[in-house]
Amino acid sequence: MSDVKPATQPLDRADERVRNDDSLSGAVRQFVDRVRSGDLGILPVAVGLVVISVVFSSLNPVFLLPNNLVNLLFDCATVGVISLGIVCVLMLGEIDLSVGSMSGLASAMVGVVWVNMGLPLPIAIGAALLAGLVIGFVYATLYTRLGMPSFVATLAGLLAILGMQLYILGPTGSINLPFSSPLVAFGQLLVMPAWLSHGLALIPGLVVLIGGLNTARRRREAGLTALPMSLLLIKAGVLTAALQFAVWYLNLGRGVPWMFGLFVGLVVAMQYALTRTKWGRSLFAVGGNREAARRSGINVRRIYYSAFMLCSTLAALGGVLAAGRLASSSQQAGTGDVNLNAIAAAVIGGTSLFGGRGSAWAALLGIIVIQAISNGLTLLNLSSSLRYMITGGVLAIAVIVDSLARQSRATHGRG
Amino acid sequence: MTDANTPPKGELLLQLEGVSKNFGAVSALSDIELEVHAGEVVALVGDNGAGKSTLVKVLAGVHQPSAGVVRFMGKPVTLDSPAKALDLGIATVFQDLALCENLDVVSNLFLGHEISPWRLDEVQMEVRAWTLLRELAARIPSVREPVASLSGGQRQTVAIARSLLTDPKIIMLDEPTAALGVAQTAEVLNLIDRVRARGLGVIIISHNMEDVRAVADRIVVLRLGKNGGVFTPDSSNQELVAAITGASENAVSRRASRKAAEVHDE
Repeated sequence: MSDVKPATQPLDRADERVRNDDSLSGAVRQFVDRVRSGDLGILPVAVGLVVISVVFSSLNPVFLLPNNLVNLLFDCATVGVISLGIVCVLMLGEIDLSVGSMSGLASAMVGVVWVNMGLPLPIAIGAALLAGLVIGFVYATLYTRLGMPSFVATLAGLLAILGMQLYILGPTGSINLPFSSPLVAFGQLLVMPAWLSHGLALIPGLVVLIGGLNTARRRREAGLTALPMSLLLIKAGVLTAALQFAVWYLNLGRGVPWMFGLFVGLVVAMQYALTRTKWGRSLFAVGGNREAARRSGINVRRIYYSAFMLCSTLAALGGVLAAGRLASSSQQAGTGDVNLNAIAAAVIGGTSLFGGRGSAWAALLGIIVIQAISNGLTLLNLSSSLRYMITGGVLAIAVIVDSLARQSRATHGRG
Repeated sequence: MTDANTPPKGELLLQLEGVSKNFGAVSALSDIELEVHAGEVVALVGDNGAGKSTLVKVLAGVHQPSAGVVRFMGKPVTLDSPAKALDLGIATVFQDLALCENLDVVSNLFLGHEISPWRLDEVQMEVRAWTLLRELAARIPSVREPVASLSGGQRQTVAIARSLLTDPKIIMLDEPTAALGVAQTAEVLNLIDRVRARGLGVIIISHNMEDVRAVADRIVVLRLGKNGGVFTPDSSNQELVAAITGASENAVSRRASRKAAEVHDE
């Protein structure tokens, strides 16, 4: 064919129909194009957070005080970890409705095994996580072997696991965890020293810069286009400035909670797994087109197993953290809005309910939105009736945005 | 795309003995015999519903045969999953292409066979994707766009490129030229020639007799799920159509004779 091009042209810009978007203005143009076609990314969350901060801080200035935000981050970590697991199953276009009960059971197990039976804490936590693993295995088996829709399987699980939680807690219904224990300290008190939090806040910027330069060098060597240096510097600079400011502000209060640090660590690990490993790529593929994934030689069944088991295990971990946060294992743990908040957080953060689209950041950003709303409403002394209605409304809006964006992507040919 | 472990030309790669496939009471395939040698292009032709795609799906591990033996390189094999077929070296381009629309071209090409599974090597994958697409003279502007934004012909090219990535011994193409433009069709036919020259076996399904005759070494006719005869590319259209429809008196021959009569009248 007659595609004779100068040899200096990068491989991926050889086609005359491709616009060169490698400058700063190009990157902006690309972003606008993406948003207009319905590929919203984190834009709705960013807008939502700004609106929430403005509204709540104007109604009650306490909302933006450093110590309130520190509390907010403590609360985020527990449900956020559960939400991270939800991202995995949502990526496959499936759902786990029992994560709330699972976290409740895990919290009850910690109380029973550790306090009542007197076994060491690590064993109690291990048992809780193992329970999560087993329940995820059961769901995946029901789904892949018996063809039971995950919606129904986990709805049944919701009740059954709640029953187990009540059963093992027995007639007292509540176990107090010792305040002096490391788990409760982790869930309520422990914050990073200021120097460490500032140090850690430098890492993302450095990773963006060094990783970006490395990739850019390799891409140029391979004859591909690469992000220009200026763009990388701006990205890394903005990221570092924002994080340093956030850390500085939190350190005006109690500081950055270790528990939130653990959550962010898990988010980063999950994001790496989703985007940089074969497993993550398979997850996207199965969620996008299950039959195509199967014909590509992917072991679809194994992917379902991994996702369901990871989801339940993370839900159990969230339950353990919640037990530390509340310093108790009770019949109330994991009930109420935990389930809905975890699922809502993933969806609000931009994980599609229809599968094949999402990120681990969704759990982080989504849970901050959800907890900010709940925290703000609590500060306003609104009754829980109103809080439920408002949170429900926010979830409905998030799903509407997801559906509209999906339709728009379809008409713009972006999957 | 190396010639490393391809068998010498002429070796018997794939052999089907009495393969049948039933969907409930309907027998889509019955007693199919088929042989594919290395360096040979076998065309499967037949009417709609003759069982061509079913046969391909059986060989790709998508459907399991109800009866019969499939031998690959002389050994009987059970093709119980697409992964198994791919591992043996049977790559398939399905009629519905089986691409993931939410992933970009590079991800689709390497799906299930990513380079360095624990730390995906995007740069190397992208370079190989471009090299391969160049080889196929593909007109794909960007490999980082989701497949959803590609045209039918571009998707077809991606699907064909993907089948070549895994170093297969046999490639099956189900209607590879149906969605393609003139130049693309020629490129695919050239590609089939190149693949044969490298000693791979090719099974191609097509309704286009011209394409079939241009590349095939043997033409196997399927009719109502049964073997309808084996022809060479020299066979006339009439013979082929007769075998496909099962009668010398058919829509095609009637139309031909009517045309001839019209010409005669003038």
